[in-house]
Amino acid sequence: MRLHKKLMLLPLIIFITPMASGQDDLMGMLDDNEPETEYAYATFKTTRVISGHSVESPSYGVLQFIVSHHFGRINQGLYNFFGLDQATIRLGLHYGITDRLAIGIGRSSYQKTLDGYVKYKFLRQSSGKKNMPVTVSYFAASDINTLRWQKPERDNLFSSRVSYVHQLLIARKFNNKLSLQLSPSLVHKNLVESSDDSNDIISTGIGGRYKITNSLSINAEYFHVFTESAAEKSENALAIGVDLETGGHVFQLHLTNAQPMFERGFITETQGKWSNGDIYFGFNINRVFTIQKPKEFKE
Amino acid sequence: MKKTLNILAIFLLIASSVSAQRYITKNGYIRFFSSTPVEDIKAHNRQVQAALDSESGELVFKVLMKSFSFKKALMQEHFNEKFIESHKYPNSNFKGKIVNLDEINFKKDGEYPAKVEGKLTIHGVTQAIEEEGTITVKNDTAHAESQFRITVADYDIEIPSTVRKNIAKEVEVTVDCKLKKRKQ
Repeated sequence: MRLHKKLMLLPLIIFITPMASGQDDLMGMLDDNEPETEYAYATFKTTRVISGHSVESPSYGVLQFIVSHHFGRINQGLYNFFGLDQATIRLGLHYGITDRLAIGIGRSSYQKTLDGYVKYKFLRQSSGKKNMPVTVSYFAASDINTLRWQKPERDNLFSSRVSYVHQLLIARKFNNKLSLQLSPSLVHKNLVESSDDSNDIISTGIGGRYKITNSLSINAEYFHVFTESAAEKSENALAIGVDLETGGHVFQLHLTNAQPMFERGFITETQGKWSNGDIYFGFNINRVFTIQKPKEFKE
Repeated sequence: MKKTLNILAIFLLIASSVSAQRYITKNGYIRFFSSTPVEDIKAHNRQVQAALDSESGELVFKVLMKSFSFKKALMQEHFNEKFIESHKYPNSNFKGKIVNLDEINFKKDGEYPAKVEGKLTIHGVTQAIEEEGTITVKNDTAHAESQFRITVADYDIEIPSTVRKNIAKEVEVTVDCKLKKRKQ
C-alpha cells in the first residue's frame, strides 16, 4: 500500500519538477561561469576634486568647459563685502582624445597665467576577472606667467616664465559613496626668488569625496609641501566644498585658503591662513559638450 | 525497491530536462528610446542574453545594464550611477512564457506572431507584463522581435527634477534577438 502511494507520487514529481525548475535552469544557462571585469566608473563627479585634478577625464570626444572663480578673502570685512567685490578667475577647456587620454588649456587671471596639460589614465580600478585596487592617472602640465616684466631693461629670459608640474593621481572608489585620492606632485620652477630656494618642490595632495545623495557630494582636498625652502614661504592649501550635479553641469562650491586655481599656484604659492580667516569662497562650473559621437551613433 | 524507485525518479528528472529543445543567445540586441520635446535619448545594448525553451514556451532575458551605450558619455554615467543604480542592480531580467505556443512551429521556417507574458525586473522592481512580438524561425535560429513601452515610474526609477523634462515618462523598448538552437 505504501509502495503504491509512492508509485502514484512518482509521475507527479516527474511532471511538476521540470516545470518548476525549468525556468531557473533556463536562466541558469545564461549565467556566465567566467567572471567579467567590472571597471569602477564615476570615482569623482568631475575632473577636479576641488582645485586639484581628479583621476577623471572627459570621455572620448567630450569637451569640458570649466569656469573656476574665487572671490576675495572673507576676512576683508564689509568694505569689500566679505571678499565678494574681488575675483580671481580661470577659464579652461578640457578635451578627451580617447577615454583615457585628455588634453587641456586654461587661462588664469592670477599672474595672467596660461596653462596646458596632458592627462593619461593608465590604470583603471577593476574587480572580477581583472583585479586592480586603484585608478591611476598621470598628469603633466606647464604654465606660463604672462605678466609684463617688472624690469624690462634687464635681460629677461622667456624660460623664466615657465613652470612644470607632474602628478600621479592615485584614487580608489571604496564604494558608491566614498572615493579617496592621493596625488604625489612635483613642481619645477625655472626661476625662483633666490639661490636658497629649490627649483623642484615635492608635495602630495590628499583628497576625497563622500556622496550625500546621487547628485550631491562633500569634497575635501589638502596639499602638503615637503620641500623646506618652499614650505617656509607658503601655506599648505586646504579646501572643503560640495559637488552639485544637475543634467549636464557640475557645480563645485568651496572654501579654500588658496587664491590661484592651477597647480603651481595653489600648491606652492598659497598665502592664506585658515586660522587668520584668509578664506576664499569659490566655485567651479563644469559643463560638457559631446563633440564626437560614439561610432554607434554616427548616422 | 525504494531505492530503485528513487533512482528511477532521478533518472527520469534528468532525462526530461535534457530532452527540452532550447535556443540561446549571448549577443542579442535591446534598444530603448525616450522622446521628449527637449531631447531624444537612445541607448543600445548588444550583449543581451536570452534563452527559449520551445517545448514549454519558457522565455528568459538577462540584460547587463552597464552594457547600454549612449550618445553622451555623461548620460551613460548618470544612467548607471543615478537612475538604474547599476552597482545595486546590475541586471534586468525577464522570466516568462509564450502564451500561444501552439501557434508557433519551431520545426517549420516562418514568421509567427507571439504573445508573451511574464515578469520583468528592472532596478530591483518586478512587474507583470504582457507583450506581443514575432518569432521568425529559420533553420536553427529563432529570431525574437518585439517593441513595447514601459513606464519609468513603475520601476521606482527616480528622475531628478533638473532632468525631468529631458526624460520621457514612458520609454520605448525594442527587442531584437537571434537565438540559436543549442546542440544537445
